[in-house]
Order: sequence, then C-alpha cells, then structure tokens
Amino acid sequence: MTIVQTATGPAETMVLNMGPQHPSTHGVLRVLLELDGETVVKADVDIGYLHTGIEKTAEALTYSQTITITDRMDYLAPLSNNLAYCLAVEKLLGLEVPKRAQYIRVLLTELTRIGSHLVWLGTHAIDLGAMSVFLYCFREREELLKIFELVSGQRMMTSYFRIGGIALEPPAGWTDRVQTILRTFPSRFDEYEELLTKNRIWLARTQGVGVLRAEDAIALGVSGPALRAAGVDYDVRKYFPYSSYDEFDFQVPVRNEADCYARYLCRVAEMRESLKIVAQALEKVPSEGPIKADAPGIVPPQREKMKTEMEALIYHFKIFTEGFAPPPGEVYQRIESPRGELGCFLASDGSPKPYRMHMRAPSFVNLQALQRMVEGRLVADVIACIGTLDIVLGEIDR
Amino acid sequence: MTDIPDLAESPTVARIRSWQPAVIAELTSSHGELTVAVAREHLKPLAEFLATDPGLAFTYLSDVTGLDRFPIEPRFELNYHLLSLSRREPLRLRVRLQGADPVIDSVVPVWPTANWHEREIFDLFGIRFEGHPNLRRMLLPDDWEGYPLRKDYPVEGPR
Repeated sequence: MTIVQTATGPAETMVLNMGPQHPSTHGVLRVLLELDGETVVKADVDIGYLHTGIEKTAEALTYSQTITITDRMDYLAPLSNNLAYCLAVEKLLGLEVPKRAQYIRVLLTELTRIGSHLVWLGTHAIDLGAMSVFLYCFREREELLKIFELVSGQRMMTSYFRIGGIALEPPAGWTDRVQTILRTFPSRFDEYEELLTKNRIWLARTQGVGVLRAEDAIALGVSGPALRAAGVDYDVRKYFPYSSYDEFDFQVPVRNEADCYARYLCRVAEMRESLKIVAQALEKVPSEGPIKADAPGIVPPQREKMKTEMEALIYHFKIFTEGFAPPPGEVYQRIESPRGELGCFLASDGSPKPYRMHMRAPSFVNLQALQRMVEGRLVADVIACIGTLDIVLGEIDR
Repeated sequence: MTDIPDLAESPTVARIRSWQPAVIAELTSSHGELTVAVAREHLKPLAEFLATDPGLAFTYLSDVTGLDRFPIEPRFELNYHLLSLSRREPLRLRVRLQGADPVIDSVVPVWPTANWHEREIFDLFGIRFEGHPNLRRMLLPDDWEGYPLRKDYPVEGPR
C-alpha cells in the first residue's frame, strides 16, 4: 500500500482485483490494480489459471501426437500453432514439404489470421461498448469456421497440418468456398471501419491510450501488431520467410503512434493483406499433387498403398506404434502468428518423443507490457490496453 | 535439400572472438542455426556486449528456454534466443548449469523481457536467477512444491 497525495490530503491506495473471472480480461487473467481513486498507480499481473502442463505432456507423446495439443495453446489461431510445431519438426528432420501442401498451409494460416483478428476486433470493441461489431465479426468468423470444418472436420482444434504436409486432401468445392470469402469479406471489413474508424467514442477510448514506444516495446520483447504500431516493421513472414511466404506479394502495416488506435488500424489492415495472400495462394495451389512429403518411416503411406503393399503396411505399423525418431539436436522455429512471434523450440535426443518442446508464446511476452501501458491511466484504459494486446490465456499459461 | 550454411565462420563469431577470444566454450552450427555456448560467469558480460555493440546489435531477446538433461551433468541448459532487428540475424546463446547449483545471473538489466521468461524457468525448473527483481512462482500456485519440468518429476500421478 502506498500513500498518495489527493485533493483532500494524503490517502492510501486501494488494491482492486480484476479477474480472474471477468468478461474483459479475455480469459482467466488476474490483474491486481493498485488504485488512487480511478487512476492506476501500479498494475500487477497474475497468470497461471489456465496452466495445463502442455510442455510436460509433449514429452510423453510422440511427435505426431503432440500436434493435437499444440492447437490448444493459442486457441483462436490453432492452425498457427500447428504450423509452428510442424515446421520445427520438419526443420529437425530436414524434411522438404511439397509445394502444394505449403500453399494450402499458407492459405489456411492466413484465414486463421483473419479469424483471430475478427475475434480480437469483436471482443475489443464490445469491451469498449460497441456491441454490434462483436456480432458482425462473429458472423464473418462463422464462414471461416465452416471452411476449417470442411477441410479438417473440426471448427477450431483442427490439427490439420502434419509432419511433412497436411492431413487430408481438401474436399472438392473447397476453393469455391474460399472464393466466396474473398468476394464478401472486403465489404464487411469496410463496414467495421465505417462503424469504428472515425467514431468519436472509439477515437476517445483508443487514441493516446496505452502508448508503448519502440524502445520499450523492443526491450520488453513485444512482437506482432503491438510492435508494428510503434514503427518497427518486424514481421517473421518478411524477416525469416517460411512455408514459401517469400513467393507472396503482401505489405506489412506499420504505424508510428504506438497507441491502441494505431494497433487497431494495423490489425484491420492486416486482415485485408491476409485476403490478398489468400487470393494469391488460391491461384498458386495446384488442383492435384502430393499433400505430404515422400518420407517412408516418417510420413505415413497413403491408405490405399498401406492396404495393398507389404512395405507400406510395415511403415504404417512402425510409425503408429513406435513413432519416428529425429536425429538429436535443437531447433527454434519462428512464425508470425496473429499475436506476434510464435516460436517453437524443439530438442530431440534421438527418441520418438520430443525431449523438450517449448512454445514462445507472443501473448506471454506482450502481456509484460501491460504494466508499463496502464501506469498513471484510468481503470477504463486498463480494459482498452488488455484488449489491444490481443492476448490468449491458453498460450500464456500453456 | 537446400544447402545449410556453416555459420561457425560468420562475422558474428569473429566479432565475439575479437572482443574476448576465449569466451566461446562451444560453437554449433546445425539446421541453419548458430549456437554459442559459454560458461556461466561469461553470460552476463557477453549478453551486455551482444546487446550494446553497434556492429552486433542483438537488442531483441525472443525467448529463454530451459532444459533438464537429467541424469547427465551439467544437468540444466539455458538457451537464449536473440535477434538483431537491424541486421535480421538470429543467434542462440547457451549456458549449462550443474544440477547441484542451478544459479545464474539474471539478464533482466540487459533485456527487460527476460523478466517473465526467467520467472517461468524458476517456476518450472527451479533454476535461480541472481539479481532478478521479482523471482517468484508464476504459473503454479505460490505454495507449490517441486519443479514439474524436471525430468525426475512425473507426467501424471501422485509423487
């Protein structure tokens, strides 16, 4: 408890508990706010309410089985997590993924980025009072979830990417669904902008709020739109291209104001850029071709071959009973998730189970900036700052 | 398979060597990634050099990862994943600690982002970081006993 000077003399500050159950903390986050009236003197963040020991569990599963638990970390962008993990294992194995699978991965990962940003926009807006935006964003997101269900059988926890490619051949007609999205979404994004971008209430709640300048952002390890809104153009897709991202033509939105409004503009612009990437991927994806690498002993054989050829059957059996063992070594694979730099550190000791799997979660690191952003501001700004960081407790706590 | 460059002869390594020739205990270049392993007492000075030297400018710390190699000694391994934003170059810094004495200097003064990473490693591995401003448990309850990510801690079931 500290003593602060108020208009009526010295007074003690009050510690108010925000969360872990709270509609605006975007998950089970607890923030201890030390308040002087309505002004935040200090904010202490308490996490761990969603800790399920994912990294420990990964050490008990084979490399293929671990894909299924990676979905659950950043559960608003499950395909991003799958991608980071699969790329890390493929790096460890030195496995080359066929181009068709790479393009499909890019396409679905960008749709995931749009879906994640839609949730962010909807929840951030409703936290600040704009309820309609929430419903509109989720209406659009529904179309994306239908596509994920179409290709993988699951709306959210898809586990659609596999070591060496993707799990299943996308069903016929899926490209038409993607075309519909490309046709309808741009005007929907315009609708959101019409409701918010020049809205006086929105501007009052987000401009100048939660300022995080570049030096602080870099020192705190912040990444993603929060860093790009401060003028640093770090985007892993451009700095260290993966999965053929260097073959795609897209911009990375960067702004300088470093406040909530700048982050909002960055993310909306990112959604539009993602649509561009999806359109290019749709053209690039060949209608036929392998969806998995040809690596017997690592990538399971096609089912038809497994049923008719003895060798394939033996490989299938060994892969699903023993698993495959990458050579000993360590890799760190970075990707650009909707929240920032998602890193997968994988250490192998030559056994079929990961010796150590660690996910560098962008929300975990970005959340450190909250304390800096809310000091001296009002309680209402805390809500705006938590929203603008776009955190997901699943990846913070793992 | 594309050629993976051997980074052991990279300018970064040369610059570190010109600063202090004997600081690199081990150099690994694999999967296109460069790893510089140093002894515990060299970590903080090297960290300061890497972050402040204008020719290297490793101002961004992406991640600190802990590893337990039980029962092999040195038991604990810390991997610092650095990034030079201006030169778009990554680097991994590695330190190994004995199981009997898992203490090391905190790099929070060099990269403030290490604050939460080091707390998490303390929470799950029991490695202590000297000079950390707030070294207490983070993901597990404050009164938890044991360090779950250690290899001698079971995945499930009573201990």
